Amino acid sequence: MNESQSNSSPPDFLVHDSIDSVGVVVVENVSEGNKLTGWVMDTDETITLRANDDIPLGHKIALVELNEGSSVIKYGHSIGRTTAPIGRGAHLHVHNTKTEKW
Amino acid sequence: MIDIGEIRGYRRENGRIGIRNHVIVLPLDDLSNAASEAVANNIKGTLALPHHYGRLQFGEDLELHFRTLIGTGSNPNVAACIVIGIEPGWTKRVVDGIAKTGKPVEGFAIEQNGDISTIAAASRKAKEFLHWASELQREPCGAEDLWISHKCGESDTTSGIGANPTVGNLIDKLDPLGVTNCFGETSELTGAELLCRERAVNSEIGDKFLSTWQAYMDEVIEPHKTNDLSESQPTKGNIEGGLTTIEEKALGNLQKIGRNTSYIDVLKPAETPSSGRGLYFMDTSSAAAECVTLQAAAGFVVHVFPTGQGNIIGHPIEPVIKLTANPRTVRTMGEHVDLDVSGILRREMTLDEAGDLLIDMTVRTCNGRLTAAEALGHREFVMTKLYRSA
Repeated sequence: MNESQSNSSPPDFLVHDSIDSVGVVVVENVSEGNKLTGWVMDTDETITLRANDDIPLGHKIALVELNEGSSVIKYGHSIGRTTAPIGRGAHLHVHNTKTEKW
Repeated sequence: MIDIGEIRGYRRENGRIGIRNHVIVLPLDDLSNAASEAVANNIKGTLALPHHYGRLQFGEDLELHFRTLIGTGSNPNVAACIVIGIEPGWTKRVVDGIAKTGKPVEGFAIEQNGDISTIAAASRKAKEFLHWASELQREPCGAEDLWISHKCGESDTTSGIGANPTVGNLIDKLDPLGVTNCFGETSELTGAELLCRERAVNSEIGDKFLSTWQAYMDEVIEPHKTNDLSESQPTKGNIEGGLTTIEEKALGNLQKIGRNTSYIDVLKPAETPSSGRGLYFMDTSSAAAECVTLQAAAGFVVHVFPTGQGNIIGHPIEPVIKLTANPRTVRTMGEHVDLDVSGILRREMTLDEAGDLLIDMTVRTCNGRLTAAEALGHREFVMTKLYRSA
């Protein structure tokens, strides 16, 4: 364990890149209304966010408000396009986001 | 450069190093599975590799069938090999291909003999091979003797955060030592194909990758897809695990090749690397057993398999090491997991530490530690078929 990590409590969600519009929930049982702590791995920043949905382990949380038809950014790259407006703190998955391929 | 400790393996007649010492019974075709399994049942310690194909295939599909069988028998994890086929011609073609390695191999054909006589004759030879192989000894070898293949499965978002970058860390550390590594999964790079092209050693190889990817799209995906491939790519399990699109899965997939290592060539399915030591891309399906079977047939001796939701694949001759960063997978199906890197998600473990643990587990596996998949009897041997038989 290195110095910078030893002072931190385990995060509720992780963000790959500072320009990403989504984070990944890494704990079980996140419920609507929970105040979450996130770790931006790229910049080693800690951010906080309120969950607006129940979000399972491994699923994505929107870090910003997204209009319908917006690109969703993860790893610093587009991973698809929104098919509905998505609020900050909402669950982002196949019900509101779609591939731009195939 | 790091010191990975001593590796001890079986040096084969052609100089390649194996980490297992199997005597296998290889059927040429579906009809020969029964006899092959009977031989393996008679002679304890031998292993049959039943499969579904080998009849009326033609053209490139037939070439791939032979390349896969010959490559599997030639793999350095195989000490000696019995081949059983319905007729002698194609059986001999496989035997002759494997014999080029210098290892003991003998073929048996069923026509004019029947199953029972064939099984008796092949069992006698298998017993002779087994006695011989059982006295072979491991000897020290170098990192440059190691060929490691990589493929992820039932991925989820924890794969892109933890398990796949751990594999990437291993590749970045082992590539400078002269280890030969291989990744594949053509369709699963969709959305990251341009990034992947940039990871080639030069633009010629990058273009070779991109034309391979484009051919897969044009010849396989586009003519046959009926929708946007939802529930296939990404799979139902991927979606359950939080992966939403193929682009997201592809970007996570690409974490597997690390940050600094460039691939030096692009291989056809089951093609043996011939451009020297380094990282290779192989044109494969993204289905786990098909991909690992092709990589084993190309000569890779140990496989590193990061999973999210818990793919449980093994292979009969190439040990498959499983790692995951998903704490729920560790909790609910830990018997399939060789290495738990879920500490990355809790910030208890750095990628660098996880990579070192994975290297240690890989070296231990090479030196004889059985993988979870070996202990649980997972022997998925799945031939890739390019199109319908004649």
